[in-house]
Amino acid sequence: MNERSIKFERDEQHLFNARIIAAALLILFALLGILARAYHLQVLENGKYAELSRQHYQKRIPIPPNRGQIYDRNGVLLAGSHTQYVLEVVRDSIGDENKDGKSTLADIDVLVERLGEFISLSEKDIRVFTQNARKFKYQPVPVKENLSEQEVATFSVNRPRFPGVNLEVRMERYYPLGTIASHIIGYVGRIDERDLEKLNKDEYLGTSHIGKTGVEAFHEDRLHGQAGFDLVEVDAHGKTQEELEKRSPIGGQDLFLGIDINLQMTSERLLKDERGAIVALDPQTGEVLTLASMPGYDPNLFINGISHKDYTELRDNPDRPLYNRALQGTYPPGSTIKPMVGVAGLAEGVINPGSHVYDPGFFRLSGQKHVFRCWNKRGHGSVNLKHAITQSCDTFFYDLAYRMGIDRFSGFMHKFGFGEETGIDLPSESPGLMPTPEWKEKRHKRNWYPGDTVNVGIGQGYWLATPLQLAHATTVMANRGVRLRPHVLRGVRTAKNQEEQILKPDPFPTVEAEEKFWDLTVQGMESVMHPGGTARAAGAGAPYRIAGKTGTAQVFGLAGGKYNAGRIAKRLRDHALFVGFAPADEPKIAVAVIVENALGGGGSVAAPIGRKLMDAYLLKQYDNDETLEAEVTAGAQDDPHD
Amino acid sequence: MIRYLLPDWLTRALQRVDAVLLAALSLLVFMGLATLYSASDANWSMVYRQGIHFLIGLALIIIFSQIQSKTLKQWAIWLYGVGLVLLVLVLVIGVTKKGATRWLNLGVDIQPAEIMKLAVPMMVAYYFSEKPLPPRFVDIVVALVLVFVPMLLIMKQPDLGTSLLIATSGFFVIYLAGMSWWLIGGSVLFVAVAAPLMYFFGMHDYQRRRVDTLLNPEQDVLGTGYHIYQSKIAIGSGGVSGKGWMNGDQSHLDFLPERHTDFIFAVFGEEFGLMGNLVLMGLYLFIIWRGLYLASKGEDTFARLLAGSLSMTFFFYLFVNTGMVTGLLPVVGVPLPLVSYGGTSVVTLMMAFGIIMGMRKRKRVYQQED
Repeated sequence: MNERSIKFERDEQHLFNARIIAAALLILFALLGILARAYHLQVLENGKYAELSRQHYQKRIPIPPNRGQIYDRNGVLLAGSHTQYVLEVVRDSIGDENKDGKSTLADIDVLVERLGEFISLSEKDIRVFTQNARKFKYQPVPVKENLSEQEVATFSVNRPRFPGVNLEVRMERYYPLGTIASHIIGYVGRIDERDLEKLNKDEYLGTSHIGKTGVEAFHEDRLHGQAGFDLVEVDAHGKTQEELEKRSPIGGQDLFLGIDINLQMTSERLLKDERGAIVALDPQTGEVLTLASMPGYDPNLFINGISHKDYTELRDNPDRPLYNRALQGTYPPGSTIKPMVGVAGLAEGVINPGSHVYDPGFFRLSGQKHVFRCWNKRGHGSVNLKHAITQSCDTFFYDLAYRMGIDRFSGFMHKFGFGEETGIDLPSESPGLMPTPEWKEKRHKRNWYPGDTVNVGIGQGYWLATPLQLAHATTVMANRGVRLRPHVLRGVRTAKNQEEQILKPDPFPTVEAEEKFWDLTVQGMESVMHPGGTARAAGAGAPYRIAGKTGTAQVFGLAGGKYNAGRIAKRLRDHALFVGFAPADEPKIAVAVIVENALGGGGSVAAPIGRKLMDAYLLKQYDNDETLEAEVTAGAQDDPHD
Repeated sequence: MIRYLLPDWLTRALQRVDAVLLAALSLLVFMGLATLYSASDANWSMVYRQGIHFLIGLALIIIFSQIQSKTLKQWAIWLYGVGLVLLVLVLVIGVTKKGATRWLNLGVDIQPAEIMKLAVPMMVAYYFSEKPLPPRFVDIVVALVLVFVPMLLIMKQPDLGTSLLIATSGFFVIYLAGMSWWLIGGSVLFVAVAAPLMYFFGMHDYQRRRVDTLLNPEQDVLGTGYHIYQSKIAIGSGGVSGKGWMNGDQSHLDFLPERHTDFIFAVFGEEFGLMGNLVLMGLYLFIIWRGLYLASKGEDTFARLLAGSLSMTFFFYLFVNTGMVTGLLPVVGVPLPLVSYGGTSVVTLMMAFGIIMGMRKRKRVYQQED
């Protein structure tokens, strides 16, 4: 090499080295760029991607809790859950006969055909299953629900021949007594959109049914329990890889109602073929012993969605079986409230125990022509409060109400619970109506007339009460002022300690009146049941003392005409009412009975029903074909998840 | 010490192997196999096969490090010529798979573009080695023609990714030869203008979709954006320290596609986190810099240009792959060098490192002994 080429060579090396250094720097920066990107993803946006990744691979499979059972006060099952068998297929696990070892869609058809040999599959079953099975490869797809025991047995024997086909056990609600106590128990139904708005979605993820009405709805929170879950790791296909965490569900509370189911059955039988309601309360606790509304319905129809035909039938039935008369039905209370009005008059000082009123058969406001008739046209002559109650003298109470004035009258009746909800633990209770001048002004845009007060004095006019309110007010009479909130739920048993806890009574403010005022009115109520009283027939021969009061509620105003129940249309007939409690000296049961459009009055129709109820409860003389008793196994609930 | 245990010829052969580079490569190979073990869900046979690829590669490093630059220079024109003929034949009688005609059936299917990955930088380096440097404008034009002809032939197959990679290795030679910075700047500006035109008028639909996916991957997570979306979740969820070896959720649960091949970087990033990425990138940088250093110690112009270009191409593969997996660049089928599973890629890359080592100046002392 000559000198020039050496210099040339050196320049070239120099140039190359410069280029190499530049390249080394460029590469450094480029790789720093990649690292900056990694920093961006792994540090700055780490939270976002970590969450996305978790969502990807973790799946929470909810495990629904077992719904609590409902029992009556003696442990008779009213609402339970029984096992239902569902046949499910996981397509990925279907064993097949193909030699290439691949699951193909054709296998589904073969499978269905072979399953059909053991289980009856309708065309619809097959269609729905085939569609779903094509969609989901790793999730179980139901082939048939509600398998009969025969089918379960047959399939179980042949099970080894069907890998990938599983018999799943689900819990389903049922009401063993059918229509009995349907208005108390209510029913569950499939969760719909309106339910979804209210409920805690996390807790209901695996739950399909929710209480729709009755105790099932009101005590939903107690009955439902706490959902468990299975946190599993899934792959991109949704296939479970391993279990990460598991929380067992906690079953709902078992509920013990204050209902005596035998008394309930007696009530329903007594109202058979009638429209009416019976409410029986334990005055000492406020527990509902019976709450019957007739006619009733079979709650089992609603569990998995009632058919259109059944629903139309129930909805269009003129007797309105879905309507809970005991809570929602509002009736003029009629003469049943006379004892309460009497207490009010005494307590307010409008009358005293010796006050007499002369009843010529009618009452007339001074200076007015209009007469308010007593039911007895001949008049009761001179009556005091006790006689007025015994014989249900209207004139006495027209006079009393008029002199008390509507404000004091309404105010005192509110203390007995009229015109407001009792707050019973059942949904859709009506507050009834305890009218005031303000109410009339607002509602009818008219002034309150003195005559309105007079009508209200005998439980007519604008006054409306529910059978529950009447029974409730009757317990106040029985308790001499002590007022306890009526409630259906008597006690609960939690899944954990298995011990029954009885709920404490929930008192309202006591209705203040002197003891002798209570005695006097209760004595009047006792005389109602004895010779000379309006319910003497119903009271005859009772081995315990009864305090009662009959009533008749006008449905149709006859303008001075003569009322003859047999002659006018059934729906225009008067309602027959009765309230009472027994034993009068140590009350154990208070009842309110209403028979709509009865062929007869309170004394002849409603009071005998009340008496029979008292006999049934106090003497255990139930008017039933059989007396239901708690099953030995009550409470031992089998848990399919453990 | 080892010298006494090995046969004399092997001892002498091993003297040509750069121990520093080999050590760094071995470390990378080890990391690669560990990642592959995890990415393949503990598939030993896959790791074993990849290990075989590396052993073949090791043999190729030893063999190719023996080849002197003057020998390789003689091969350049032949290799380039044969490659060009084969590329033309592909267009005429090529085998078509998945809508692309990239293979020739010579008993087995071969992909002539693979030959060009080496032949193009060799040919351009050979051309410049005979010319004064820095190159004259006319020489640059000739070099560009040498690059563009195979590039266009490959683009026609169509195989956009490979054609760009091959062209880039050619450009690297031109850059190293000393093409003026002004011209480089002008060319970059030209590409910046031409790229959008290319997008609208010169691309197949699938290519355009890839670019769209790059620009907005979240828009279409189930379609073409799925790969990038999944790999970003994998890397991003790895965080600073990673989820730990064998613990990547995205990769082990099948969410990440191509996870043992092109997208293995996402598995690595998920399991070893930012720390792991720092180590990996540091190792790559060391390897590339070592390659550039060896290039600067090249025997002659051809040796320097070729070794430099191959080192830079190695970087370019790394950059395209990691840029793609992290969502910076469009999805191009480029493996993560020496980590992704695949025999062809491993063998070719190891061969290239053998060439880089062989281009180094012969030691005087050694030659005197010879």
